[in-house]
Amino acid sequence: MSTAGPPFISVRNLHKQIGDQQILRGINLTIREGENLVIIGGSGTGKSVFLKLVMGLIPATSGSIIVDNTEITTLNERQLGPHRRKIGMLFQDGALFDSLTVAENVAFPLRESGMKDSPDMHSRIHEVLAAVGLADHGHKLPAALSGGMRKRAALARAVVSRPRCIFYDEPTAGLDPIVSDSIDRLIRRTQLHYRCTSVVVTHDMRSVRSVADRVVYFREGLIHFEGSPDQLFSSTDPLVRQFVEGHCDEDE
Amino acid sequence: MSTFLSWLGGLVLRFVSYFGALAVLTGELTYSLFRSRIRWAEVGRQLVSIGFGSQIQVIVTGAATGAVFAAQVYYKFNQLGLDSLVGGIVALAMCRELGPVLTALMLAGRIGATMAAEIGTMKVTEQVDALRSLGVHPVDYLVAPRFLAMLFSVPLLIGESIRFGIGAARLMAVGVYNVPEAFYNDQLYKNVDHIDVIFGMTKGLAYGYIIVIMACHQGLTVRQGAVGVGRGTTAAVFYTSMAILIANFFLSLLLNYIWPIAAT
Repeated sequence: MSTAGPPFISVRNLHKQIGDQQILRGINLTIREGENLVIIGGSGTGKSVFLKLVMGLIPATSGSIIVDNTEITTLNERQLGPHRRKIGMLFQDGALFDSLTVAENVAFPLRESGMKDSPDMHSRIHEVLAAVGLADHGHKLPAALSGGMRKRAALARAVVSRPRCIFYDEPTAGLDPIVSDSIDRLIRRTQLHYRCTSVVVTHDMRSVRSVADRVVYFREGLIHFEGSPDQLFSSTDPLVRQFVEGHCDEDE
Repeated sequence: MSTFLSWLGGLVLRFVSYFGALAVLTGELTYSLFRSRIRWAEVGRQLVSIGFGSQIQVIVTGAATGAVFAAQVYYKFNQLGLDSLVGGIVALAMCRELGPVLTALMLAGRIGATMAAEIGTMKVTEQVDALRSLGVHPVDYLVAPRFLAMLFSVPLLIGESIRFGIGAARLMAVGVYNVPEAFYNDQLYKNVDHIDVIFGMTKGLAYGYIIVIMACHQGLTVRQGAVGVGRGTTAAVFYTSMAILIANFFLSLLLNYIWPIAAT
C-alpha cells in the first residue's frame, strides 16, 4: 500500500447533466498524491464521466474541480492543455492513434512536449515498452495488436511522459482473467515505479482487491460508499453487498 | 401556419448555428496557424495524401473536361466558320471556371470524404479525446496541417488540371478535327494570359478553405459511432460541394471585377 500525500485532486459538489439525465448529483471527493483510488459502480453511474470531468474533457454543469491547486472548471480548451499533461489517461479501448505505430504512439507525448528525436528519447520509449512487455512490437500498427496488447501499449503512452497521476478507465474490461491480472500487476508496478497517483474505474472486483488503497462506490450519481477494500468486502450495506457479489435483484 | 413558422425558425437557427460553428473553427484555425507550433511532419503526410494522391483524379478530370468541351465547341464553331477560336474559348473556360470548379468538386468528394471519415472515426474511438488528454488541441494537430497542405496543393492541382484540359483540347481540335495549329495557337494566346490562370488558382484557395473547414467540422462533430461517421462523411461531401458551387458564383463576380477578361 502506498503512503498518500497532500490532496492532488479535490472535487466539491460536482454536478453533471447530459440532456435530461442527471449523471452526477453532487460528488465530493479528495484524491491524495500517491494513493490508488478505485471507483466502482454500475453501468451509467457516471464513473467515466467523472474521469473526463477531472481531465477537463467535458464541462461540469456545476461544482468545483481543483487539480494541483488550480480550479479547472474556469479554464478554456487551450488553458487546459498544460493541466492535462499532469495526468495520463488510459481510455477504455486504448484510443491509440491508428495511423501511428506502437512506438510512434508512445513517442507522441514526448514529441508534443518538445523533446527532439534522440538516443535518449528512443531509450525511454524502449524502456517503457519493455516495462509493458511490448519491446518487440514497437513497429506494429495498433490494428495488428490484441485487445490486451492495445491496452498495454496505451498504458505505455500514458506513462512515458511521467505524469503525476494516471486515470484508468475500465482497464480490464473485455479481457480474459489472465490478461486482466497482468494489467492489474502493471498498474501496481507503474504506481510503485513512477510514484504516481492512480484512479481506476472498474467493475472487476479482482482489480479492486489487487489495486486499491481506497474504494468509492458510485450509485445514482452520488458516492454511496467510501472506504478501504477490506471495509468494502466486509460491508453489511445491502446495496454494496449486492454490487460486490454481483447478484441481480429478482424483481429487476 | 404556426407549424410552418416553427419549421422555418428551426431551419434558420440550425443555419446560424452551423455557420457560427464554422466561424469558431476558423478562429481556432487562425490561432493554430499563427500562435501554435506547426506540425510540419503532419503537413508533409497530408501533402502526400492530398497532392500526390489526387494526381490521377485531377489529370483525368482536366483532360476529359478539356477534350469534351473542345469537341462540343468545335461542332458549333465549325458551323459558324470559327474553328480556330476553339482553343481560346476552351482555355478561357478551363482557367476561369471548369478547371477550378470541377477539380474542387472532385477534391471535395475524395479529400473531403477522407477528412471527415478519418477525423470522425478518431472522434468515435476516443482518439480525439486522447489527443486532448495529452494536452494537444485537436485543431492544432488535425485541422491546421490539413489546411496548410490543402493551401499548398489546391492551386497547383487546379493549375495541373487546367494544363491537362488545354492539352487535351488541343489534341482534339488539332489532332482530330484538323484545326490549323497556327490559327489555334494564335487565338489561344490572344484570348488567354497568365491572369486567367491566377484567376483559377485564386478560386482554388477559397475552395481549399471550404473543403477543409467543412469536412473537418463534420468529422469533429460526429456522434453515434459508425452510423454517425457515415452520416458525417456524406454530409461533408454534400455541404462542401454545395458551398463550392455557391461560392463559385460570388467568386466569379468578384474576381471578374478584379481581373476582367482581357479584350482581344
